[in-house]
Amino acid sequence: MINLEVPRKFRPLISQAHQVAAEVFRPNSRKYDRAEHTYPKELDMLAAAIDGLSEGGGTGGAGAAGVRRSENGASSGDEGTRNGSNMATCLSIMELCWGDVGLLLSMPRQGLGNSAIASVADDDQRERFAGRWAAMAITEPEAGSDSAAIRTTAVLDGDEYVLNGEKIYVTSGERADLVVVWASLDPSQGRAAIKSFVVERSNPGLKLARLNHKLGIRSSDTADFTLEDCRVPKEDLLGDPEISTGGGFAGAMQTFDNTRPLVAAMAVGLTRACLEETKRLLSEAGVEFDPEAPLTVQPAAAAEYLSMEAEYEAARLLTLKAAWMADNSKPNSLYASMAKAKAGRTCVDVALRCVRICGAVGYSETELLEKWARDAKILDIFEGTQQIQLLIVARQLLGKSSAELR
Amino acid sequence: MAISDQGMKLGLWALNRFAGLGVLDRVGAREPAERLLHRASRDGTRTAARASRTFTAAAKLAQPSRLPAARSSGLFDLTPTDEQEMLVESFRSFAAERLRPAATEADAHSTPPAELMAQSSELGIAMLGVPEQLGGVFEERSATTSVLIAETLAHGDMGLAVAALAPAAVSTAISLWGDAEQQARYLPAFVGEEVPAAALALLEPRPLFDPMRLETRARRLEGGGFALDGLKALVPRAADAELFVVAAHVEGEGPALFVVESGTEGVLIAPEPAMGLRAAATGRLTLEDVQLPAEALLAGGAREAYAECVQRARLAWCAVAVGTARAVLDYVVPYVNERVAFGEPISNRQAVAFAVSNIGIELEGMRLTTLRAATRADQEKDFANATAVARQLCSEKGMAIGSDGVGLLGGHGFVTEYPVERWYRDLRAAGLMEGALLV
Repeated sequence: MINLEVPRKFRPLISQAHQVAAEVFRPNSRKYDRAEHTYPKELDMLAAAIDGLSEGGGTGGAGAAGVRRSENGASSGDEGTRNGSNMATCLSIMELCWGDVGLLLSMPRQGLGNSAIASVADDDQRERFAGRWAAMAITEPEAGSDSAAIRTTAVLDGDEYVLNGEKIYVTSGERADLVVVWASLDPSQGRAAIKSFVVERSNPGLKLARLNHKLGIRSSDTADFTLEDCRVPKEDLLGDPEISTGGGFAGAMQTFDNTRPLVAAMAVGLTRACLEETKRLLSEAGVEFDPEAPLTVQPAAAAEYLSMEAEYEAARLLTLKAAWMADNSKPNSLYASMAKAKAGRTCVDVALRCVRICGAVGYSETELLEKWARDAKILDIFEGTQQIQLLIVARQLLGKSSAELR
Repeated sequence: MAISDQGMKLGLWALNRFAGLGVLDRVGAREPAERLLHRASRDGTRTAARASRTFTAAAKLAQPSRLPAARSSGLFDLTPTDEQEMLVESFRSFAAERLRPAATEADAHSTPPAELMAQSSELGIAMLGVPEQLGGVFEERSATTSVLIAETLAHGDMGLAVAALAPAAVSTAISLWGDAEQQARYLPAFVGEEVPAAALALLEPRPLFDPMRLETRARRLEGGGFALDGLKALVPRAADAELFVVAAHVEGEGPALFVVESGTEGVLIAPEPAMGLRAAATGRLTLEDVQLPAEALLAGGAREAYAECVQRARLAWCAVAVGTARAVLDYVVPYVNERVAFGEPISNRQAVAFAVSNIGIELEGMRLTTLRAATRADQEKDFANATAVARQLCSEKGMAIGSDGVGLLGGHGFVTEYPVERWYRDLRAAGLMEGALLV
């Protein structure tokens, strides 16, 4: 039976995540926004608690463990529907990002690399990398959205692959224990030859080139690396080592079907933070909100607030739908991209409007609105930009291949 | 003035209004306009002269009967029930095979075909909210089911969907807020063979209309009863309606709903064709000292009932906007794939493809927020805010989808040979209509 309310069973999870967001993230938001590249020590003690959260509620961390597809099929009807780890993870991320997106991204052991390992690693690998913090290195100076164009190479030499190339914009690259590096076994063979390798952060061939200074999410470190004859044991290649059309790259990209709703959830959480703060400030300023009255008879600020709330709700429900589909083993690539596109652009749009509506209070560092407006923009870029999401959605709606619609 | 004279007056009023407009000739609309006028004078006469059928109480129940609310397991779920699927399936074929093919002509003639209206009654549209004891067929009342059906019908055509759903608004209002006497008097007609045309009239003709601040007034009469004065705008099938539920502000009290039989003296109807929804034959209702018995008041004049009515009507408009917006998407996808420019399908271009993506994304947001508000109504949770959210999206995104639909077809989009210009006109209604439909 159709129901779009968050089920009661997730309340403890949401409440725990909210406490973390309110009592640990928010009080430290400004501090680490200003002290870019300083490791937020407060997170160490939290990491253990988050691991506990993950085990408790099916999962509930930042997504590292919760992106495997449910294996139970679902039939129609109440008995069949599942609200599982994908939804739990989205809900907890929404709460945590209501607190602070940068600090969520800095959470130990919750990296995108952990998602990749959880999604595609074999049992042996999963065991070996358990409990370790893994970053993900895909982007290169000349290859961003077009990840099939990466130039980093991996050449098998005895029992090891030798990696050479440059990687940029690696979230948590400095702090993580491991970096999952995407490299090509044979650049002439395009996407079929792209594989991912788990590289120890301490590997001498993996050299930190620099840390980036950024518009927002400054508490999260964003590292650039050079790989110089970086030797990786061949059993640390994730997935199938053979060059095969279809299989390998598609598998790697599938990680994104699972993680896109999580990034959408981050955007939803940040959007809610902006809306709540703006409503508070507007209420203090004497603006009244009346959901029953037409927008045309309400004060402009109240009408604008309601229109932003509408965008937020659309983004939130699209995100929950994508997660629900994943929990119920329904192919959700289309809806994952719809959610990411909608939530990504909504959080930027809403955050910037909130800053404007609140005037100097919104723009000044005395409040957090201006910070959220800076943090927001990355959510419409990483894990597939707005334009990439629109491409994916369009190809699916129109039934087009990537060759036809480029 | 005799009632029939008033009817004649209306016909002449309409004649003066339209006949002098040179624009009719320029756009080739003279003939349809004359047809319309013929209808206007005919209906003007008839409405004022002929009383509606006599609504008499059948077997009166001791207590008013209400359908119980549906119960949910509490899990997030987008799966319709088997009953909902079955209903949607049958309405889908009606919408595709009957409504869509009839839409162009009904729009041009500003009239819903009588045969289609009869068929929609046979499908039981008007009895969706009627309790089982009074002849209804459903065990549970479900705004969600009504949303799904309205959406499905509007995918065929919004104007015809509104025409078909208008009587259901009245039967639903009486089911929800009528007492045993009112239910026994009016509801049997809606489950019978000849369902009366009927309409829920809230909207008034002025900018910044707020349904909580009505200008239509209800004066309490000495010795009981009320006298109503005011105007109601864009009432679907107003000329054919035998029964209205009319919103009026009870002086010194607040807004409330009244059952008004069309034959009551002082009820005047003029055609009010609009930008869209033309197939719904919208009309303007004038109430001149319309004297009603005390029993005409619904829900004892409770403000909560009226506020709920406003919300449920808005949700219904969201539902038809969602269906119409999906019609746009389903139409433009094959069009942009087949239309060739510069040597390839225009959908190979991102400017075109991304417009289609955005239609898909925003449509999904409209639909999910509408369903959420409806399910909250069914769960007897507060749904005012959820409805405001859905209405905002269906108004703004729905209109943007209508506009992009025309834009994607280019010149083809602008001519009536293709349906998208009609959807453009219809979708504008979703953000401004109040009343008329109910879920």
